[in-house]
Amino acid sequence: MTIDFELSPRIKGTQKMIRSFAETAVRPIARQFDEEEHEKPWDLLKMVQQVMGGGIGGALGTEKKEEAKEEKKEKKPKEINLAGAVTVEEIFWGDAGIALSFPGPGLGGAAVQASGTPEQKETFLARFSGKEPVWAAMAITEPEAGSDTASIKTTAVLDGDEWVLNGEKIFVTSGKSSLEYSDGFVVVWATIDRKAGRAGIKPFVVDHGTPGMELTKIEDKMGIRCSDTVSLSFMDCRIPKENILGSPEVVDKTKTEGFKKVMATFDATRPLVAAMSVGVGQASLDFLKEKLTEEGVEIRYGINPQRMTSLERDIMKMEADLKAARLLTWRALWMLDNGLRNDLQASMAKAKAGLAINGITQKAVELMGPLGYSREYLLEKWMRDSKINDIFEGTGQIQLLITARRVLGFGRDQLK
Amino acid sequence: MVSFELDEEQKMVQETVASFAADQIEPLMRDSDEDGSVPEEVIAKGWELGLVGGCIPEEYEGFGEGLSALTGTIAMEEMAWGDLSMSLHMMAPTVLAYSVLDQGTEDQKKQLLPAFCEEEYKPSTSALIEPYYNFCPSALKATALRDGEEYVLNGAKCMVPLAQESGEMIVFAATTPGTGFAGVDAFLVPSGTKGMEVGEREKNMGIKALATYPVTFKDCRVPAVSRLGGNEGSDFIRLLSRCRLALAAMAVGMSKHALEHSRDYAVERVAFGEPIGSRQAIAFMIAEMAIEIDATRMLTWEAAWRCDKEMDFEKEAALTKSYAADMAMMVCDRGVQIMGGHGYIRENPVELWFRNARGFATFEGMAMV
Repeated sequence: MTIDFELSPRIKGTQKMIRSFAETAVRPIARQFDEEEHEKPWDLLKMVQQVMGGGIGGALGTEKKEEAKEEKKEKKPKEINLAGAVTVEEIFWGDAGIALSFPGPGLGGAAVQASGTPEQKETFLARFSGKEPVWAAMAITEPEAGSDTASIKTTAVLDGDEWVLNGEKIFVTSGKSSLEYSDGFVVVWATIDRKAGRAGIKPFVVDHGTPGMELTKIEDKMGIRCSDTVSLSFMDCRIPKENILGSPEVVDKTKTEGFKKVMATFDATRPLVAAMSVGVGQASLDFLKEKLTEEGVEIRYGINPQRMTSLERDIMKMEADLKAARLLTWRALWMLDNGLRNDLQASMAKAKAGLAINGITQKAVELMGPLGYSREYLLEKWMRDSKINDIFEGTGQIQLLITARRVLGFGRDQLK
Repeated sequence: MVSFELDEEQKMVQETVASFAADQIEPLMRDSDEDGSVPEEVIAKGWELGLVGGCIPEEYEGFGEGLSALTGTIAMEEMAWGDLSMSLHMMAPTVLAYSVLDQGTEDQKKQLLPAFCEEEYKPSTSALIEPYYNFCPSALKATALRDGEEYVLNGAKCMVPLAQESGEMIVFAATTPGTGFAGVDAFLVPSGTKGMEVGEREKNMGIKALATYPVTFKDCRVPAVSRLGGNEGSDFIRLLSRCRLALAAMAVGMSKHALEHSRDYAVERVAFGEPIGSRQAIAFMIAEMAIEIDATRMLTWEAAWRCDKEMDFEKEAALTKSYAADMAMMVCDRGVQIMGGHGYIRENPVELWFRNARGFATFEGMAMV
């Protein structure tokens, strides 16, 4: 191999197709489903399900499974995660809120994919390839536990052949879609042993319609309004014993294969969140440059900084930041595709992309003056949408913490 | 297909230059900065690596297969990890050599390239920067106007490395003033040409081991054939952009060293009963330094890759160089900050990197890939 930044013909084909889809089917309804919060673009979602068979939801879950089969047949270089990033970037270029509401296995499916047994994968992932849209969600955050997952209070107690769940979960993305709009499921993180701390926290699959699970609230949000974010309450919610993902044993956390697999989920999802940022950033930059061109403003790349206008410096910084974020994202996923440990690079990409996108969208709104602030254009929406990218899947600060631990060689106890 | 893996040759170059930088350059960094000179033996050993000769094809007495900007950036990064002044000294001939190799006429190649393939390092240099606060390569004040079979050079240059001892100099001047990058040409001027005067050695804030000079041209006449590319002229923005990639790569290498130094200090230095790196105020600075260094390396690689693939890369090179200059300053500033008072003392390398880092915003055309 040698260093190469050219996407394979296969990914390029996908990229072109997704871009045209984003441009014609997603972008035109972006404003509508921002204003009409809690509504869903059903025609589009059904169409997505039928065309993509659920695979579009972040190149996770079912699509990965198909790919795995394919690769056994012919030994070709792996690029499934990179392909996922390119797909995600293009859909998010269309609209972040709608893209986040697409059906598919999502984060819940990713958890099953990462740490489920073959039987669990069969049971839970098959549903995404049907004709009707199906979602799966992930429930980690609680009112008093966000990034600090060790403080999770939701409990799971084994009672005969069943786990009994009790607790409150908030900020569950696509929770309503998974549990009320479709025959989906939610992966709930709960502790089976409070004294064991992180070691006792396990993911459980809770199917839609399970008694004892109640959707208690739908959040009104600053951005990504097309995507539903809900609170769930579990009151003596009984699920089959086999719905635990990974081993039910409480062993020293970081040492178990199960824990590593779960953590490995983040190595794939963090760069994908970074790819989401890059998509929205590209949309904002495209829009800004188009408007400037219309106004006859030329950006003089390559002249010295002392001679540049403030606008030119800003644009150059935005372009470089965006490109750097994209390349760091690609690198993290290329490593994953090639079986290299990428946790550091995944966090670096997420941290850079989250910061870059916020800088880019906020600056773009500023540079467009009153047009930037007006709801007549989507730019202001992109700025609202993108704020979430520096928050979900681990805030920018958490990414810095992880990066710093790796660079310094410190464990959790040495750098808190 | 996207890949971030170095090929075998690049791995070899990386390894060779990295161990040269660690064994031969880095131990001399402080002394050569204080003395204001680069030891002869380092230059000789650096030249033995054959980085320049390795890019020149056999027909011009070299032993290489041509230029790869990407491989060049990998080498430049590793070398600058050792020391920036010494790297700029050793790599000063690249601007003239690679410009001729890339865009010279056959005669120019035959005449000039063999000198770079000899065993001994022969200084040669480039004159691009001019002594004005608003200096810009797209608006050079130095002119080269055609007069019969000659060009007449007029104007002032500064920050010309090794101007005193160089046998050949590549001089950039406007042949069509007022037309931006397109109106700039390069001229191959031997030392001692009448009308060219090298001034007193300059005193700079950083890169103190590198001897730089002001050079003035007063009705300096050179034959028309000394114009790079002959009658066709040359593509100045391409040459400038390749220089920008070299400088960006050097910024990455030097910053990487500053990060490693800060990291080690943050782990060893104890305050309030624990290593200072255990505090987020320090740890987050280090994380951001690491992220921005990697970000800049990726930008540099991508722009260099575009260059090698003969795609447009001028805009990318400009973005990358300006990003690299900001990154280097940020990283080296934090390097000093993390060490506190110790960082301000000349015993520690961070103050040297801090002074060197400021230069990247100003440096242009001082090395090439």
